[in-house]
Amino acid sequence: MSQAPAVIVLLAVIGGALRVSTPFMFVALGECLTEKSGRVNLGLEGTLVLGAMCAYATSFHTGSPWLGVLAAGGAGATLGAMHGYICKLPRVNDIAIGIAMMLFGTGIAFFFGKAYIQPSAPRLGSFSLGAWTGNSQIATALQINPLLVIGVGVAALMAWAFANTRWGLIVRTTGDSAAAARAMGISVDLVRFLATTIGGFLAGVGGAFLSLYYPGSWNQGLSSGQGLMAVALVIFARWNPLRCVLAALLFGAAGAIGPALQSVGITQGYYFFNAAPYILTLLIMVASAGSKQAMRAVPGELSITK
Amino acid sequence: MADVSEPLGAVLPILDAKSDLSVRVRRGAEYIAIPLIALAVSGLLFSVFLLALGKSPAEFFSLVERGGFGTAFSLQNTLQRSAPLIMTALAVAVPARVGLIMIGGEGALVIGGFAAAAIAIPLVGRAPPLTTLIIMAITGVAVGACWVGIAGFLRYARGVNETISSLLLTYIGIAIMNFFVEGSLRDLTNPNKPSTKPIGEAYMVGKMPGTDIHWGLAAGVLLAIALQILLSRTTFGFAVRIAGGNPRAALAQGLSVGKLIVICAMIAGACAGLAGFFEVAAIQGRANASLVAGYGFTGILVSFLARHNPIAIIPVAILFGGIVASGGLVQRRMDLPDATVLVLQGLTFLVLLTSETLYGRFSFFRVSGTEDRT
Amino acid sequence: MRYPYISRRVVLKSTAAGLLAAVSGARIAAAKDIVLGIVYVGPRDDFGWNQAHAVAIQALKTVPGVKAVEEENVPETDACAKSMESMVNLDGANIVLGTSFGYFDPFMIDLAKKYANVEFRHAAPLWNAAKHPKNLGSYFGYLNQAHHVDGIAAGLSTKSNKLGFVAAKPIASVLSNINSFMLGAKKTNPNAVVQVIFTGDWSLPVREAEAVNALVDAGCDVITCHVDAPKVVIETAEKRGVKTCGHNASQAPLAPKGFITGAEYKWETIYKGYATKLAEGQPLPNMVSGGYESDMVRNTPFGAGASEEARKAATAGIADLKAKKPIYVGPLKDTKGNVVIDKTYDNLDPYLDQMNYLLEGVIGSIT
Repeated sequence: MSQAPAVIVLLAVIGGALRVSTPFMFVALGECLTEKSGRVNLGLEGTLVLGAMCAYATSFHTGSPWLGVLAAGGAGATLGAMHGYICKLPRVNDIAIGIAMMLFGTGIAFFFGKAYIQPSAPRLGSFSLGAWTGNSQIATALQINPLLVIGVGVAALMAWAFANTRWGLIVRTTGDSAAAARAMGISVDLVRFLATTIGGFLAGVGGAFLSLYYPGSWNQGLSSGQGLMAVALVIFARWNPLRCVLAALLFGAAGAIGPALQSVGITQGYYFFNAAPYILTLLIMVASAGSKQAMRAVPGELSITK
Repeated sequence: MADVSEPLGAVLPILDAKSDLSVRVRRGAEYIAIPLIALAVSGLLFSVFLLALGKSPAEFFSLVERGGFGTAFSLQNTLQRSAPLIMTALAVAVPARVGLIMIGGEGALVIGGFAAAAIAIPLVGRAPPLTTLIIMAITGVAVGACWVGIAGFLRYARGVNETISSLLLTYIGIAIMNFFVEGSLRDLTNPNKPSTKPIGEAYMVGKMPGTDIHWGLAAGVLLAIALQILLSRTTFGFAVRIAGGNPRAALAQGLSVGKLIVICAMIAGACAGLAGFFEVAAIQGRANASLVAGYGFTGILVSFLARHNPIAIIPVAILFGGIVASGGLVQRRMDLPDATVLVLQGLTFLVLLTSETLYGRFSFFRVSGTEDRT
Repeated sequence: MRYPYISRRVVLKSTAAGLLAAVSGARIAAAKDIVLGIVYVGPRDDFGWNQAHAVAIQALKTVPGVKAVEEENVPETDACAKSMESMVNLDGANIVLGTSFGYFDPFMIDLAKKYANVEFRHAAPLWNAAKHPKNLGSYFGYLNQAHHVDGIAAGLSTKSNKLGFVAAKPIASVLSNINSFMLGAKKTNPNAVVQVIFTGDWSLPVREAEAVNALVDAGCDVITCHVDAPKVVIETAEKRGVKTCGHNASQAPLAPKGFITGAEYKWETIYKGYATKLAEGQPLPNMVSGGYESDMVRNTPFGAGASEEARKAATAGIADLKAKKPIYVGPLKDTKGNVVIDKTYDNLDPYLDQMNYLLEGVIGSIT
């Protein structure tokens, strides 16, 4: 049953937004928390990949994809803790450590993941918001994975916590002014360490989504810079968790445009459509950098905007 | 925030009664001893990793030695592989001196190499080889410089984080190369591997006499020496180091930090673009997807490990070239996946960066009466 | 008398030296122990291109006196030249196989010139007697014949008359697979069309999954592909409940409900041939290629998605190809309307190796 091309593209873009955005969302939320506390973790790309591998391997061995998700979070938390611990040593540059962790995480993931390229592991299921329409295309486009719902929930929780709880205040103070935080008796290092660890946990879960749901397989080409784009996403979202969700949806949609257009016959220039997410990120960064609102939202201690 | 861009050797003269030379030697020793300790520690950790997997570290390191440096063949293999690494590492080192962390070497290499191959198309067969190669090199360098220069400009004009923007430009540059190589500039006589037209045997950069290594290695070494002289002995270099250490003080001094940032970014792109030129002119003979070989990313590692010092980059690049060169042998003999080398690289990188914290801690290297480094 | 301790390194060195000496002596004629080196561009167990080769190499283990050295994840840069050289110098390889397109020019050409006593063979029909050295050669399986059979079966398996094809890059062998698939489908179902989406690279799992979803949303109910590792495509299609045809290696276990058949290489035929000839001291042919008529390709055994009708038609198609019945029967136009296939071409005709067009009946474009 075929439909008008515009409808097809729209459905594909919506479906893509819902499908592809989840890893972006989790990594962005993790990075948001980390950056709110005043540290930058560029190693989340490696965390994403390692999380994906651990999730797939655990699911394969235990038969339970949700255990896989937990294992991925654990792996992510471990890498986050490493990053957090090393960066608190004096004279260590957190951006460089991030790049090193990216390499290390990816290396470990590829090394141990070799055995899991072939086998099939149990995957996460999904439910469809559009099942009632009886239209298979709409139903597929509106397929929601529980992780997406969890992600949105986490975002809401974070937003509320930043604004209304003592913990949120502690994190924000550590990010805005370390001196003020110390004056309040807060251990700046500990707060940042915990924030980075939790951030790593979330990023690992994002990786689990990639290998256990969409595309639902493990191999070495799974991530193509999503972890790094998520860092840019956080800047675009001005460190607001709910805006992170919207930005992630936007990126997911951008990623789906290329194949969607080809499927309705607009086939020229597909390389550029495939590069759309990167171009979009760059434009967004240019637009939002230097803007007054962004300047106000930046955590003062963040090194990347100094 | 720590400043990784501290150069080897004193920035400011040490005002002290003790002999200048002995003080400098002690400080210099610190800069060599600590990285060596770090390398040893990472070697140790990696050995533990191998042992836990039931593999022999002794065998691994002996294979690295054999496959990387042990025979005449291995040594030349290593040197050939280190040539692009030197240039892409310089592409990270120069901006690092001015305080930027730019990782766009991969993209500049690809787009510089592509531009060089593209400009060769009307010249091959019409202009003599040497002229063509010179024009190709200049084109590759210029395009690479402009490409990374964009990231530098964005940083200067809009404060956009240069690490992320340079990485995004890498992906975009690769897409541009693919678009043209598979589309309008595609060589139609080669249906199976989309490439630009080959420049032909006669136009390619040759090997250095008596060896199996192309001239790119010599170019890389000369470039490193030239940049070291630029950074340590010229006014420009001095300005760069001040701006890198403390941008606000530099501005207060009247230095145009913005201009320095853009210029350093362009130099970085030029280095990577030159690497791209050699990849095309000395190895592939054309531009295609094989240009995307990860040299840019390995170069990041090399530069950090060499503490962004152009001269130190040369031995580090050779070391890395050797590790990568031996990867194949390790894979075949020990039945280890090729990711093993990646793990070793990541681990080494981590340990070396962490060892930054050891500077200034050992009293052995501290000479009493001199100011301590911050 | 005590023998001096001989370290393992010395043994390794001398064995390699000994092998090299044996090889560089009378041209391979007397060597009984063959060391075959093979280089893969990706991982050995990718359910796709590399796995097909690796599986075939395993078959070599039954040939006495042959040792195989494998290296994977070698990119198409001078890294491959160095890997192959390392196999020759340090492992004593007397035949080196390069399995990825980009290995040939200039790397294997230069290596063949440098090591005149080692045989080099490459998996693509690029060798040219006039231009290239004699110890270099090519081998290739015409997988498009197997894709043609896939198409025959797919034409009878579709209800929407739309077949989807996820392709990596628009190069000749991929285009030939797409066109042959379409021609096969049209044989059994003149109303069928093939919709193709190019992902841009050989292995991009996220984009491949998106492409499958886009194709199914556009109405395709049979999906096939030409990517290095078809696992993601087949699994995603199976999840969407559509039928699938495989590629490179057998993906039947991945799609228990919808798998029809698949296009597979039968590299063992070629590799065993090389090894046996080497062991007997005979010269190796420079160009070995073929399809069904030379037993170099095969179709995966039918899966649950193949109806009785489709099975019969496909089996008949295989018999036709074994009897050398041509696929490209002209005149045929491309998607822009130009006549590109003017007459009937034999299945192994070199004219077809230059294919850079999509035939009418395929929806898609090359850039």
